[in-house]
Amino acid sequence: MADQSNFYGMPPKQGLYDPRFEKDGCGIGFVVNIKGHKSHDIIQKALQVLKNLHHRGAQGCDPCTGDGAGILMQISHEFFRRAATDIGITLPESGGYGVGMVFLPQDEPLRRQCEGLFETIIREEGVRFLGWRDVPVKLEHVGDQAKQTLPYIRQFFIARDILNEAQFERKLYVVRKCIARAIRESALVERGKVYICSLSANTIVYKGMLLPEQLGHFFSDLEDSSMVTALGLVHSRFSTNTFPTWTLAHPYRYTVHNGEINTLRGNVNWMRARQGRLQSDLFGKDLEKLYPIIYENQSDSACLDNAVEFLVMAGRSLPHAMMMLIPEPWVGNPSMSLERRGFYEYHAAMMEPWDGPAAVAFTDGKLIGATLDRNGLRPCRYQVTTDDLVILASEAGVLPIEAKNIREKGRLQPGRMFVVDMIQGRIIDDEEIKADIVGRKPYRSWLTQHRVSLDELPEPLSVPQPDHQTLRQRQQVFGVTIEELKMVLSPMAINGEEPTSSMGTDTPLAVLSDRPQLLSKYFKQLFAQVTNPPIDPIREQLVMSLVTNIGPKPNLIAETPEACRRIKVRQPILTNAELQKLREFEDPNFANKTLSMLFRVAEGPDGLGAAVDQLCQDASKAIKDGYKFLMLSDRGVNEEWAPIPSLLGIAAVHHHLVREATRTEVGLILETGEPRDVHHFACLIGYGAGVVNPYLVFETYVDLEREGYLPEGVDAETGSEKFIKAINKGLLKIFSKMGISTVQSYCGAQIFEAVGLRQELVDLYFTGTASRVEGIGMREIGEETLRRHSVAYQPAPIQQLDFGGEIHYRIQGEHHNWNPETILKLQHATQANDAKTYEEFSELVNNESTRRSNLRGLLDFKFAPEPVPIEEVESVKDIVKRFTTGAMSYGAISKEAHETLAIAMNRIGGKSNTGEGGEDAARFVPLPNGDSKNSYIKQVASGRFGVTANYLIHAKELQIKMAQGAKPGEGGQLPGHKVDDAIARLRFSIPGVGLISPPPHHDIYSIEDLAQLIFDLKNSNPEADVSVKLVSEVGVGTVAAGVSKAHADKVLISGDSGGTGASPLSSIKYAGIPWELGLAETHQTLVLNDLRGRIRVETDGQMKTGRDVVIAAMLGAEEFGFSTAPLIVEGCIMMRKCHLNTCPVGVATQDPELRKRFTGQPDHVVNYFFFVAEEVRQLMAKLGFKIFTDMIGRVDKLKVEKALDHWKAKGLDLSLLLWKPEVGPHVKTFCVDSQDHGLDKVMDNKLVKLCQQAIERGEKVVCDLPIHNTDRTTGTILSSHIARKYGEEGLPPDTITLNFTGSAGQSFGAFVSQGITLTLEGESNDYLGKGLSGGKIIVTPPKGCTFKPEETILIGNTSLYGATKGECYFYGMAGERFAVRNSGVRAVIEGTGDHCCEYMTGGVVVVLGPTGRNFAAGMSGGEAYVLNENGKFESRCNLGMVELEKVVAAEDMHTLKTLIESHVKYTGSRKAKMILGSWTSMVAKFVKVMPVDYKRVLAERKAAAQKASRKEKVVAYG
Amino acid sequence: MGDPRGFVKFSREGPTRRPVELRVLDWNEMYEPFSEDKLRNQGGRCMDCGVPFCQSNNGCPVVNLIPEWNDLVHRGRWKDALKALHSTNNFPEFTGRLCPAPCESACVLGINADPVSIRVVEWNIIDRGFDEGWIDPVMPVVKTGKKVAVVGSGPAGLAAAQQLARAGHSVTVYEKADRIGGLLRYGIPDFKMEKWVIDRRLDQMKAEGVQFETSVNVGEDVTGEDLARQFDAICLALGAEQPRDLPVPGRELNGVHFAMEYLIQQNKSNAGDSLSVEQITAKGKKVIIIGGGDTGSDCLGTAHRQGCIDVHQFELLPEPPPLRAESTPWPLWPMQLRTSHSHEEGCDRQWSVSTTKFSGENGQVTKLHGHQVSFEAGKFTLVQGTEFGMDADLVLLAMGFTGPVKNGLLDSLGVNYDARGNVSVDENFMTSKDGIFAAGDTKRGASLIVWAIAEGRKAAVGVDIYLQAGKSLAASRS
Repeated sequence: MADQSNFYGMPPKQGLYDPRFEKDGCGIGFVVNIKGHKSHDIIQKALQVLKNLHHRGAQGCDPCTGDGAGILMQISHEFFRRAATDIGITLPESGGYGVGMVFLPQDEPLRRQCEGLFETIIREEGVRFLGWRDVPVKLEHVGDQAKQTLPYIRQFFIARDILNEAQFERKLYVVRKCIARAIRESALVERGKVYICSLSANTIVYKGMLLPEQLGHFFSDLEDSSMVTALGLVHSRFSTNTFPTWTLAHPYRYTVHNGEINTLRGNVNWMRARQGRLQSDLFGKDLEKLYPIIYENQSDSACLDNAVEFLVMAGRSLPHAMMMLIPEPWVGNPSMSLERRGFYEYHAAMMEPWDGPAAVAFTDGKLIGATLDRNGLRPCRYQVTTDDLVILASEAGVLPIEAKNIREKGRLQPGRMFVVDMIQGRIIDDEEIKADIVGRKPYRSWLTQHRVSLDELPEPLSVPQPDHQTLRQRQQVFGVTIEELKMVLSPMAINGEEPTSSMGTDTPLAVLSDRPQLLSKYFKQLFAQVTNPPIDPIREQLVMSLVTNIGPKPNLIAETPEACRRIKVRQPILTNAELQKLREFEDPNFANKTLSMLFRVAEGPDGLGAAVDQLCQDASKAIKDGYKFLMLSDRGVNEEWAPIPSLLGIAAVHHHLVREATRTEVGLILETGEPRDVHHFACLIGYGAGVVNPYLVFETYVDLEREGYLPEGVDAETGSEKFIKAINKGLLKIFSKMGISTVQSYCGAQIFEAVGLRQELVDLYFTGTASRVEGIGMREIGEETLRRHSVAYQPAPIQQLDFGGEIHYRIQGEHHNWNPETILKLQHATQANDAKTYEEFSELVNNESTRRSNLRGLLDFKFAPEPVPIEEVESVKDIVKRFTTGAMSYGAISKEAHETLAIAMNRIGGKSNTGEGGEDAARFVPLPNGDSKNSYIKQVASGRFGVTANYLIHAKELQIKMAQGAKPGEGGQLPGHKVDDAIARLRFSIPGVGLISPPPHHDIYSIEDLAQLIFDLKNSNPEADVSVKLVSEVGVGTVAAGVSKAHADKVLISGDSGGTGASPLSSIKYAGIPWELGLAETHQTLVLNDLRGRIRVETDGQMKTGRDVVIAAMLGAEEFGFSTAPLIVEGCIMMRKCHLNTCPVGVATQDPELRKRFTGQPDHVVNYFFFVAEEVRQLMAKLGFKIFTDMIGRVDKLKVEKALDHWKAKGLDLSLLLWKPEVGPHVKTFCVDSQDHGLDKVMDNKLVKLCQQAIERGEKVVCDLPIHNTDRTTGTILSSHIARKYGEEGLPPDTITLNFTGSAGQSFGAFVSQGITLTLEGESNDYLGKGLSGGKIIVTPPKGCTFKPEETILIGNTSLYGATKGECYFYGMAGERFAVRNSGVRAVIEGTGDHCCEYMTGGVVVVLGPTGRNFAAGMSGGEAYVLNENGKFESRCNLGMVELEKVVAAEDMHTLKTLIESHVKYTGSRKAKMILGSWTSMVAKFVKVMPVDYKRVLAERKAAAQKASRKEKVVAYG
Repeated sequence: MGDPRGFVKFSREGPTRRPVELRVLDWNEMYEPFSEDKLRNQGGRCMDCGVPFCQSNNGCPVVNLIPEWNDLVHRGRWKDALKALHSTNNFPEFTGRLCPAPCESACVLGINADPVSIRVVEWNIIDRGFDEGWIDPVMPVVKTGKKVAVVGSGPAGLAAAQQLARAGHSVTVYEKADRIGGLLRYGIPDFKMEKWVIDRRLDQMKAEGVQFETSVNVGEDVTGEDLARQFDAICLALGAEQPRDLPVPGRELNGVHFAMEYLIQQNKSNAGDSLSVEQITAKGKKVIIIGGGDTGSDCLGTAHRQGCIDVHQFELLPEPPPLRAESTPWPLWPMQLRTSHSHEEGCDRQWSVSTTKFSGENGQVTKLHGHQVSFEAGKFTLVQGTEFGMDADLVLLAMGFTGPVKNGLLDSLGVNYDARGNVSVDENFMTSKDGIFAAGDTKRGASLIVWAIAEGRKAAVGVDIYLQAGKSLAASRS
C-alpha cells in the first residue's frame, strides 16, 4: 500500500535514482452499453480496444513484460455467485455484497498474516466478512520479469446486510483505508506488496504488469462467459522504467488517466493541509480513519484517484468532483455563462486545479464518462453505434464498426466532459451535465455576498513612503547590484518585459560562489520535457490565469455560502497601496497580523535559525488568536536588524502550518525587499506565498527617477506598473514551462530542485524538494545575509552598490569560466596550433573549476599506480569521432560560422548540428576539395523549420530537441528583422516576417507521442540514428529510460549552462541543473533498468577540456558536445550580444557588414578538438585505460575533493553522483546493441515493393489497400526513397496513387514527397500529414455512413504539423491544432477544433464550417479562409497577429474557388457543392484571415516587383 | 549601452595636438579641446562587452569601470560618470593624461577595428568634474584615531594617503623634495601635464585632512624607527629611483646625464624655482638620448623646447613592427612601433644600437661610439663593420630603473627584498616588518602611474585591515 514501498517492485531510492520521478503515459479507452445492458461481449470488445492501443504501451528490457494493463468493470453477480458457491461461500443477492480484489505476498505464512489483519479490521468496522477466493491466473500469459514479482491475487467478499447502498460503499472505503493504514503501520516484511486494487459493491478491477493482449488470457475470469458487464474501462501503460510494478497498472478505483499532474506536490500538500479543517456528517468519526487522504510517494494518477474518491465519497457526484479537480479555463472565457463561472470561482476558493495534461475516464459503475484538461493535450475520440454502444479511446479505429452502424463520431474537446448515464440510458453532453451541477446551489450569489475583491476595497489612509536616506544601505542588505539596476530593473520598467540575454551562464553555482547569494539562487526551476508539454503562455493565453483568491480555505466537504469568503486578487504582485488596503481592512473575517521577518545582527549567523523558529511560532499563535491573514514583513532593516531571507521565511511558515494542519486557516502575504526578478517571485509563490509586495523595488524606481535614470515617459509609477506586468508575464512563462496554467495551482507546488542545500534544511523548510548534493545549512544562509549587511553598514556609508558581474564579466565581480584569460589562451592556442598554449588554457580551466566553479571541479581522478604507455592508448583520431558541436541554427549564428563548424567536424569525423532552422540543400553536395558543409546531425525542433523529406534523408543523426539548456521548456522567436532572404528560404517563409518556435512539440505531449515521432523519423530515414535532446533536471534519468524504451538510438543530456542566441535572462540563470547530475542520474537509471546497452548517451554544456570529457565519460557518456568553446575558437569573445544582432566578430549576427569581420577557420576548430582529444588520451594513460569505452561509467575511478576551505562548498556531498548501481554482469554499461525499431513490420515495405517502377523509372502506380489504426506512419519510407533519389523536387504529381480504406494510424502521410497521392476512405488519427513535403492527401468518410460528414470528426489532432508543401482535402472535421506550423500546404477542411492555423507561416487553409477557439494564434504568414455562417468566428479568432478581411479581391476569390472546386473533385463534399452552387451569396460569408506582417511584407514585395518590372519594360522599350 | 551599433557608426577620434611649430615654443600641454558631441560618440563606440577585456589582466590595472562610464558619457551623464570613475581611480586626471592605456590595446573593438578612445574619455570626465566644481572633499564619517605615515608622494603614496584618510585615519605624507608629487611633478614634463593639475588634487586631499611634510627625507631627517614609534602604520611609496647606468668608458664625462637629472631641473625651472646648480640644457647642442622608451621621449620633447640643434635616439632592441607583432596578439600589450608626440617634433631614431664608449674633450663629452647589434635568443651580438662615432654635446641616459634606492631608509628598516630587488610584501601589502607596508614602484619596480595608483589603493586596504580589521575599505577591495 502506500508507504515508500508502495511502488510494488520498484527499487528503493538509490544514487541519483528516485522512484518518485517515474512517469508514465498510455492509452485509455472504454466500451459501454448506454442502456446498461450487461454482456460478456463488452469485455471482449474492451479487451479488443486495449489490444489496438498496444503501441501506446511499452515493454521493458524483457519484451514479454508489459508496463501494465487493466480493466475496470461492473461486478457480475452471476459469475461471482457461481464462483463463490464453488468454494463454499454463499453470496447475498446482487448488490448485497462487496468484492475486494487484492494483491498479497506469495509467501504463505506472510499472506496468512495479512489476511488475518484484513479480517480483523473488517470485523472491527462492523461489517460481515464472507470469505476469500483465489483468482485463477495463467502463468504462461505473463512475461518473465513480471512473473518474478507476481503477487498472490485473491478476492474477498463483504456482506452489505443492513446498510444502504451509499452507506455500504462508504463503509467499504473506510475499510480499505483502515486496512491500508494497518498494513503500512505493521511490521510485516513485505507490507509494500499488499495492495487492494478495488473494493466495491459496484465495480471491480483486474489489472497487472501485463501486455494488453495478455490481460484477457492471464485472468481466466475474464474469459468466462458468465462474466458480464455493461462497461469496460481499460488502460495500457507506457512507463519510463522497466521495473516490475504490478500496482502501478491502471485502472484505479474510479479513474484511468492519460497524462501527468504537474502540480502534484502542491496538490498533495494542500490536501494534507486541509485535513485540519475537514468535517463531515456522512463520515462522522470515521473521517479520521481516512487520513492521509492521499498517500505520499504515489504516482500522480493514483493521487488524483484518491482525491476523486474522497470527494465522491463525501457526497459530490463524480462529474462534480471532476469539475473541481480539473476545471475548464474560466478566467479568460467571456462566452461562459455567469452561473458556470460562479461555480468555478466558488470552487476555486476550495480547491486549486490539478493542473497538467489529462484525459481522464471515470466511472462508479452507474455512470461512465471522460473529461479532458483545459488545453486538450491528450487525444480522445468516441463513436456511438446504432446498437447503443459507446466506444471511447485515445485513438479512433480501435474497434472496427461498420459504417452503417455508426450513429455518431466525436472527439472530446479541451475542458469538456462526456458522460453516459446507464441509469437514464442516455448520453449527457458537456453543456447539460455541467448546467445541472452548476444549478445545484446558488454559487454565484454566494460569491457576491461573501467574496471580496481587492480592487473594491477602500483606498488606504496611509501608504508607506520611500525612505531615501537609507535606501542605498537597504539595497545593499538585500544584495541589489548596479548590474541588476541596469540590466534587470531598468529594462523591466521601460519595456514591461524581463530582459533578454544570450550565451549561457558560466558563473559558479550559488554554493560554489565566493560571494553571498540570495537563497532563491539555490533553487532551479523544473520544466516539462517529454512526459508532458509546456504551454505557450502568449499564444495560448486563454488557458492561463493569474487570478488568485487569498485567505483561509474552507472545509472541502461542506458546501456553505461562507466557504468562498476570500479576497480575489487579479495578480499576485501587490503595490504598497494595495497591501495597505488589506492591512487597513477592518472586517473581522479578514483580520490580519503582521509578523516580523527580521533577525538581530548581534546574534550572528546562528541567530537566523532561532528567528525562523520564532516566526513559525508567531504564526501559530496568530492563527489561534483568530487572524485570517498573516503578513510576513521584512520592513525595518537597519544596523541592528537583518532580514530573514524571504524565501526561507515563507517556506518555513508554510510547511510549519501544513504540518500543523492549520495552513488552510490563513492566507500568507509577503512584504519583502528581497525579490526583484521573475525567479524570485516564482520561488516565493511556489513555496506558499499568496501575494507578494516587493516594496524595495518600488522605492528603487523612485530613486532611479530622482536620479534621472529612467528615460523620458517613464516615471517611478509607470515603471512600477511595467515591472509588475513584466513579472506577471515572466511568472506565466515559468508556470507554463512546467505545463501549469494557473497561479492558484502553482502556489505551493514547489516546482524546483535545490542545488547546494543541506538535506535537513530542505526536509524541514522545503519539504519534498529534491536536493541531492547537500550543501549549506541555516548558519551559512545567515552568514550570507550578514555579509551583505556588514557591507551596507560599515562605518563609511556606501556610496555605490556593487557592480555584481553575474551577467557580464567584471574583474571585481562574480567569477566567470569564460573570462579574458581563458578566452585569449584558447584563441591563441588554436589559431597558432600551439599545444603549449592549449595546455595553459586547459590548466587554467581545470584548475579554476577545481577551485570554484562547477561540480566536476570538485571531482578528482584516481590515477593508476602504473600508467599505460601512451602509444597503446586509443588514437586521437578515434577519440575525436565522439565529438559533436551543439545545435546552433543558421539564424542564431552566421552562415560563415555555421559552415566553418560543419567543415571542421566533417574533417575530423565528428558531427556538426544544423540547429533548428533547416539547412541549405546546396550544402548536401560535397565541395571539390573533399570538404563537406553538410551538418550530419539534423535537428527536428518544435518549429519544424525546413524539416522536409529531403532534409531528413541527408542526415546521419536526427535529433529531436525536447529542450535547450539555456531555456528549457520555452519556445523562441526569430524576429522579422532577422529573417533575411536566405533564412526565409530555408525556413519556407518570406523575409521580414517573424517566426515562432512553440514551447512544445505539438506532436509530443507524452512519452508515447515521443515514441511515435521517433518512429516517424526512423521511417523518414531508416539509416539515420534518432537522438533525443533532454536537459538535466531531477528525474531526467527516468525520462531517458522512457526515451530508450521509445527506441531512440541516442539520448543527449544537456547541462543548464548551455548557450543561446536569445533567452530570457532568468531562464539562462535559473532553469535546469548541471549535466554532471543529469548525466549521472541518466546512466544510473538506464543501467538499473538494463536499458543502457541499447542507447548511446551524449552530454554537453560548457565542455571545454579533455578533463571535462573524461569526467563525463566516467559519469556515463560516450559522446560529447561542444558549442561555446568552438565558437570562441572561431572568434567569439562572449560579447553576449547575439540577441541584438551586433556581434562585432561576425559569429552570431546576420548583419552583412559585421559578418565580414568573421575570421574563424576550420583548421582552428580542428586544432582545438585534437588538443582536447590528446588531453583525453594523456589522462587515459594515467588512469590505465587503453580503450575509451572501458572508461564509460567508471565512477570508481573518481574521487571527491572536498572543498573544505570554502565556507559554503564544504557542505557539499557528491557521493550520489559517484554511486554505481549494483547489477549483474550481463547488464551492459555502455551501448553495445541497436534498437529494434520494428520497421520490418510496417506497411511501407509493401508499398515500396508495389511502387518500385515509380521509384526507379517514374512510372505511374495505383493501388488499393486496407488500413488499420495500428498501421502508423504510412507512406513515409516510400517517400524516403523518392527524396533520396529525386531530392526536394520529388516526382511529378500523382505518379503514385495509393487508395486506403479503414482507420489510419497516427502520422498518416508524414513527410510524404511530391508525386505521391494518398487517399483514405474512413478516418485517421493524430498527426496526419506531419511534415508533408509535396504530397497530396485526401480523406473522406466511409461510403454508406449515415452521420453527417461535415459535422463529424474525420482526422485527429495536430494535422499538417510543420508541413512545407502539398495539397490536402478532408471531407469532415479535424481535431485541435489543424495546420499548426503549416508553411506551404494548401488544405480544405469542413470544420476544426481549437488552435487551428497556430504558428502558421505559409500556405492556404480553407475551413468550410465552424472552428474552435484561438484560431490563428501566432500565425505570422499564409492565409486562411473561413466560412463564417453563424457569425461567431471573430470571437474565436486570436487577433494578436492577424486581421480579418472580406473576400473581395479577385485574386482571393480565385484562390478560394479553385480550392473548393478541387475539394468537390476529390471528395464529393456536399457542403462544398452547396457553396459553389450559390457562390455569390456564400462567398460573402467567408472571412479571410490575414497575418498583419505578412500582408505588409507581401505588399512591399509586390510594389518592389512592379517597380522592377517597370524598369525592365523601360529597358525593353528604350 | 546607449547605441548598440555605435561602434559601426562612429570612427575612433581623439583631440588634435597643437601644431608642432607652435607647441615647441612653450611648455604648455599640447592638446586642443575636444567637443562634447564627439566625446559622446566616442563613449558610444563602447560595445558594453560581455567580457570587457579593458578590465582584464591585460587591461586597466585600477580596473576602471570603463564600460560603465563610457556609457554614461555617451548619455551625457557626466557627473555619474565621474562617480563611477572615482570609485576605482583616485587620480584620473593623471592617468587620463599620462597613461599608455593598456585598456585600449585590450579593447575588444581592437580585434578588427580601432579601439575605443578610452583614455580621452577618462581625461574629459575628470577635467569636466574639476571645471564644474564637482570635486569636493570626501570626509570620513568617523575618525579612527589611528595614525599612518606615507613615505613618498608619487601616485602610489598619494593614492594610499587619500584612501586611508577617507577611511578615517590620520595620514601624514613625507616627501623629500620641496613639493609634493614625486615623479609626477618632477619627472613628467609640463607639456604632458601642467603641474596645477597636481595642485588642485592636493587641495582636495588637504581638505580631507591629509598632512603633507615636504623636504623631509625619511631615513636622514627622521629615522624609520622614529616614524614607527610615532605612527600606527607606515606605507612606503618611495618609487624606484635607482636609474640603470651605462658603465662604459667616458661615462664620467660632463654632458652625460641620467634622464631624471635633466627632466627634474627643467620642471623646477618651469615652476619658477632657481636652481642651485647650472641647469643641464640642450639649447644649441647636439643631443643623443639612449633608451627608446617614454622617459627618452620626455627628454626628446624637453630638448626640442630648450632649443637643441638636433637629437638622436638610440635603442638597443631591434625596431618593432609598425603594427601589432604576431608574438603579441590581441589583447596582449602589443609589441609595435610607437611614435610619440615628441617624435613628431623631430628625431632620428635608431634601433639595435649598442653604445661602447663616450669620448670627449676637456672633460666634456663630444662623441658617442657604438655599433649595431643583432638580437637572437635573448643575446645581443656585434654586427661586424657597423662601428660608428657620432658627435654629441649632451647624452641623456634613459634606460630605465633598477629598483628602489636601498641604502637609506629601506636598509635601515631592514625590510626584505624580492629576487628582483624590490621590497617584498604579503597579500596585504605588508613588508616583512610588522606595520610597515609598501606600494608602487618600491614594491613592483618602475612601472606605470596607473599601477602606482592601483597599488596605493590596495596597500591602503592592507593598512586598514591591519589597523581595524578592515571595516572601512575591505568591502571595496577588488
